[in-house]
Parts: sequence; structure tokens; C-alpha cells
Amino acid sequence: MPQQSPSDSTLFEKVWQRHLVREESAETPAILYIDLHLLHEVTTPQAFAELKKRGLSVRRPDRCLATIDHSTPTSAPDAEGRHHYVTEQARDQVETVQRNCAKHGIVLHGWDSPNRGIIHVMGPELGATQPGMTIVCGDSHTSTHGAFGALAFGIGTTEVGHVLASQCLLQSKPNTLGIRIEGELAPGVTAKDVILHIIGTIGVDGGTGSVIEYYGSTVRAMDMDSRMTLCNMSIECGARAGMVAPDEVTFDYLAGRPLSPQGEAWDTAVADWKTLKTDAGATYGAQVDIDATAIRPSVTYGTHPGMVVAVDEAIPSGDTNESIAAALEYMGFKAGQTLADESVDVVFIGSCTNSRLSDLRAAAGIMKNRKVAHGLRALVVPGSEEVRRAAEADGLDRIFIDAGAQWREPGCSMCIGMNGDIAAPGELVVSTSNRNFKGRQGPLSRTILASPLTAAACAITGRVSSAQQFLEAGSD
Amino acid sequence: MTEQANNLNTEFRSRTYNIPLDNIDTDQIIPAQFLTTTNREGLGEFCFYAWRFNEDGTAKENNPLRDHHPDRQQVLVVGSNFGCGSSREHAPWALLDYGIRAVISSRFADIFCNNSLKNGLIPVTVEEQLVEYLHAHPDSAVRIDIARRQLTVENYGTIQFPLDAFSAFCLTRGIDQLDFILQNEQEISAHEQKYNK
Ligand code: SF4
Repeated sequence: MPQQSPSDSTLFEKVWQRHLVREESAETPAILYIDLHLLHEVTTPQAFAELKKRGLSVRRPDRCLATIDHSTPTSAPDAEGRHHYVTEQARDQVETVQRNCAKHGIVLHGWDSPNRGIIHVMGPELGATQPGMTIVCGDSHTSTHGAFGALAFGIGTTEVGHVLASQCLLQSKPNTLGIRIEGELAPGVTAKDVILHIIGTIGVDGGTGSVIEYYGSTVRAMDMDSRMTLCNMSIECGARAGMVAPDEVTFDYLAGRPLSPQGEAWDTAVADWKTLKTDAGATYGAQVDIDATAIRPSVTYGTHPGMVVAVDEAIPSGDTNESIAAALEYMGFKAGQTLADESVDVVFIGSCTNSRLSDLRAAAGIMKNRKVAHGLRALVVPGSEEVRRAAEADGLDRIFIDAGAQWREPGCSMCIGMNGDIAAPGELVVSTSNRNFKGRQGPLSRTILASPLTAAACAITGRVSSAQQFLEAGSD
Repeated sequence: MTEQANNLNTEFRSRTYNIPLDNIDTDQIIPAQFLTTTNREGLGEFCFYAWRFNEDGTAKENNPLRDHHPDRQQVLVVGSNFGCGSSREHAPWALLDYGIRAVISSRFADIFCNNSLKNGLIPVTVEEQLVEYLHAHPDSAVRIDIARRQLTVENYGTIQFPLDAFSAFCLTRGIDQLDFILQNEQEISAHEQKYNK
């Protein structure tokens, strides 16, 4: 064991320390400065209303960035350019955030922006997300941005108001959890399978109160899209945030993005970012080791993201407690069965977990020159306008459409089903999103979480199946 | 002062109501279809909606809340990891509007806990053993003393529960957290200057 010197610290501690406006005391939590505040229509209206009520202004509109993604329709606008919202209330919510941002001078990427997208897809694409930052959003999947070595976490609406007014947040210092992932992933195993496997291993409360740092050879070998998928679901094991130390992969991704530092400022920034790593002598509050070589394509079988099996593995029987029994009853599955014979009604490829270009490429590789199973509905929803453009330039839209899938406008869509993109009661959805809670994708809908490869394979076979057979056959 | 002043309470008495399920997520507490609101009032109607109502709006038979009397059972006893999932503050808003003042569990999800305390809903974390006792003794009389961080259960006794000092301070005195942050204006400006922000 290397000796820990007092100056040795973890990545999290370095970022935390740099943002302390006021230290934590016995009576009061720390006051933490927030570098970037992301906003969307769902969790902000009541915060702006509170500011108005108190006569407060937004302290740093230049540190805010907004979009519309949750309540927005993913159907194409009509000939007059009108968008068809699911309800007038949804339209009102979108118009409210637009009004609030205009009033306070906050940049919002709305319908007319070439950058609009799911907030956690858009921020990194613009280069707004940078190593060493503190980033918050009234949205639990803010953890996504931790992939860049930022401390990024979700907050509630009252706290959105705090950050708007003060650019600060009250925080008690979280614990740290180191998750070391070592080894090469088998072909067809993706970052999504890794994070499902981790949540299945440590449980949905395994990270409660902690900031996770993912490290090890498997993480180093991942591209930024994969690291984002990994950090995205940190909240699904209860963690406050997930982080990956920035490296050349991170810098290559950020170089030249619209909001990235340019010229000399870039060199200064990179030199600083290189210091953002856990020192050899530093230790985490807790530590878990994951053998990546043992991970297989994984899916959920229950009603929370910790109920995970390999695609071809049987649902565990034995220690079924009340919650598992209730979950299986809801899903219509039995302990001991495999999912292979379950027929799938809907496949959803999208969400801030898996809607980036590499995700769509993976799915298209499986769907190319094949057809979606008869009677199955497949939705492919790019995470942003930028992803959409890149995918269309690549011809991926044609591959999906020719296969019989729907190619839709960017947004959260069926991940949460707020915009009317929902599954019918009882329908079984294989989804690349992050939550399989009861009714998450529509009242009484049933969700199986999976990677884009697995989801695409399910779309073709109409059953819960792995992509292995197609990967071996090749896609051409 | 805002919200919290109205919810100002240092102690209260109630009876308990059990929902003995683990991992009750905020999608259950308030489903996404009700999140398009731009207000925070009146969400109690939608609290645990999918448990209480069928698709067509008729009452459900197998509803875990069917015997609940929110007028006198203002304390919910639930399984572990309550409030996991989405960060929506609509969850505590809905619970409060539905009539709940405190929730007892062996473990709460982080953001839910935070959101609750900011709205005057008390998350009471206790040993698994006490949760089991309460499940075995439905409709128990309890007293929650926020200032002392004490939970008293009839025929069981009084235990301490954790509540960070600052939340307890704010809750019992009606101190507003944003006002507290804004009192540090000098330090905030100094930080911005130091780091060239
Ligand atoms: S895609 Fe899903 S998880 Fe991500 S921000 Fe949208 S609703 Fe939330």
C-alpha cells in the first residue's frame, strides 16, 4: 500500500476544494460555487416563480444554459412549422421556460436552434461541460457530465432557485466510492452492460450518499460516449454523482467545441485539467472491484435498475423477497425463467443514456438490411439536433426507416413519456433508457433496460435476445 | 419568509400508515404525466396516482393506500431506499399536499431527502428493526420532535433519529436557506474574483 501523504487527494476532493465558498462547519453545510447551471422546462417554472416572488434576479445568466427536451413532441412539425404538443399544459411549460430565460438573459436552445437536444447530450456537445467544473441541473441524470471529470449532480427545484439567485448551493460533503473496472470487454458488451452489471452487483442503494469515481483499464479504453453512459446511471445505484478522470480522450473530444476554451486559453486549461486525477496515495471511502471480462450483455427483468441478468440467464429464484415478488408479478415473469421467449411490443432507442451517434451506429449495424419484427413498434430518437445531423449524414436514418423503425425528432421521448410517446398498458418495451420503474414509459407499461445492440436485436427478432447472433453473422 | 415559515413545526403527533415496500421511486409517488404543471400546489390529487386509480380514473381495488386516513395518519412507514429515482421535487410537494408530514424508513434516497427537508417534510431514518416493529403494529401512535430529533412510538419507546443540524435549525426556526446563502455575498464575490469567474 502506498503511504498516504496529507496532500494526496481524490479527483472528487480536488474539484470540491476548488469550489468552496465557505467550508462546512458543525452547524452549517458547505457553500459550493456552481460553474454551470443547466435548465429545462420541467423543474424550473416554480424556481423562477420563487425568484419573482422575492424580487431577486439571476446572478450569473452567463453560467446558465437551457433547452427544451422533456415535454417536446418528437413528431415532425406540420407544414406551417407548428409543433403538436400532447397537452396545452405541455406547451405552456415549454413556453414558460422560454419566457423565463428570455427575461433573465439565459441562453436557451429552443426549436430554432441547431443545437437543441436532451440537456445531458447537448451540454457536452457544445463544450459547455468541462473537466473540474461543478455542474448542476434540476435533473438526476446530471451525473452524465461527470464523464469529463466534472462534479455534476441533480438538484431539486428549490435548489434550482438557490443557484439562480446565488450561483451557489448548500452541500454536505459526500463520501467517495471508488469503482475499479479492469479487463477487456467481450465483443458485443458495451458501457450500458457494464453499468447495469455494476448496479446489479452493488444494488440500487449501493452508492447512496457517495460520489463514485470509475477508473481502471476498462474505463481508460472507453470513448466519451461510453463514459457518459457509465456516469449517467450512477444515480441508479443511489450515488450523488459519478466521475471519470479526464485524459487525452477527454481533451480530444472537447478540442474545438463551440464553448471550449480556444487558443492560449485551451493550452492553459489542458495543463490544469491534467492535474485532475486521484493521487496514487489517496483512498476512497469505500472501494469495489469489477472484473470487466466477466460481463455479458445484460438486461433488467424487474421494476428497478438493480434487477439485472445476462440476456440469456435465468431470473434468479431463491431469495425472492416481497419486492422482487411484486416486481415479477407486475412484469408477468417468473423466478427461474429466461426472458428469451418473451415477445417484445416496443423497442425504444434513445434517452440521455444511449442516444449519441455511437449508440445509433451500433443499433444501425444490427438493423441494416434487416426488418423489424412484424407487429413490433420501434422508435429511434436521436439525443440532439447534432446527433440527428451526423446520423443522417451517415445514412443511419435510412437504415432505420428501411428496417421499419420510426426515425423521430430529438428529445427525451419514451424515456419518461411526458410528451405523449408512451407504451400502452401491458406492453413490453425493450429500452435503452435508464429507468424501468412501474409505469415509467406509460401507465402499466413494462420496461426492460438494455444496450442499443441488444435493443436493436430485440427489434429484429421480436423477442428478448442478444445481438450475438447478428454480430457473428456481420451486418452486410 | 417563505414556505417554511408556514410549515413551521417543532413537534407533532400522528398515527402511522404502512406501505411495506422497498425502493418506492418518485415515479410511483407522482407519475411523469403530472409533471407538466408550472405550479407546486394541488399535487396531492396525483400522489401515488397509479396505485390509487385505474387508467379510466376509477378507484383501484388493490390499492396499497386503500385503508389510509390522511387526516389522522400523517406519518408513512415504508421500506428502504424510499424516494429513489428522479430528482423531481414534485414528490415531496405531492406527499405534503396529500397530507403526509413525515416518512419513516431505514434508508432514504439522497435527493429526495434533500428535497423533503427543504419543504418541511420530515424523513425519519431508523433501524430496520423499528420499521419491522411498526409494520407489525399498524396505526401506531407516534410523536416526532424535530428540535430534539426524537421519534416516540407508543409501547416501544423513544429513539433519536439523524437530522443534520442545519436542517433542524432551519425547520424549527423558519430560517430560509436561500437567505442564508445570500448573507455570504462577500465570500461569493471573492470566490468569483479569485478564480476569475
Ligand atoms: S432522457 Fe430520460 S433520463 Fe434523460 S433527461 Fe430525459 S427524461 Fe431524464
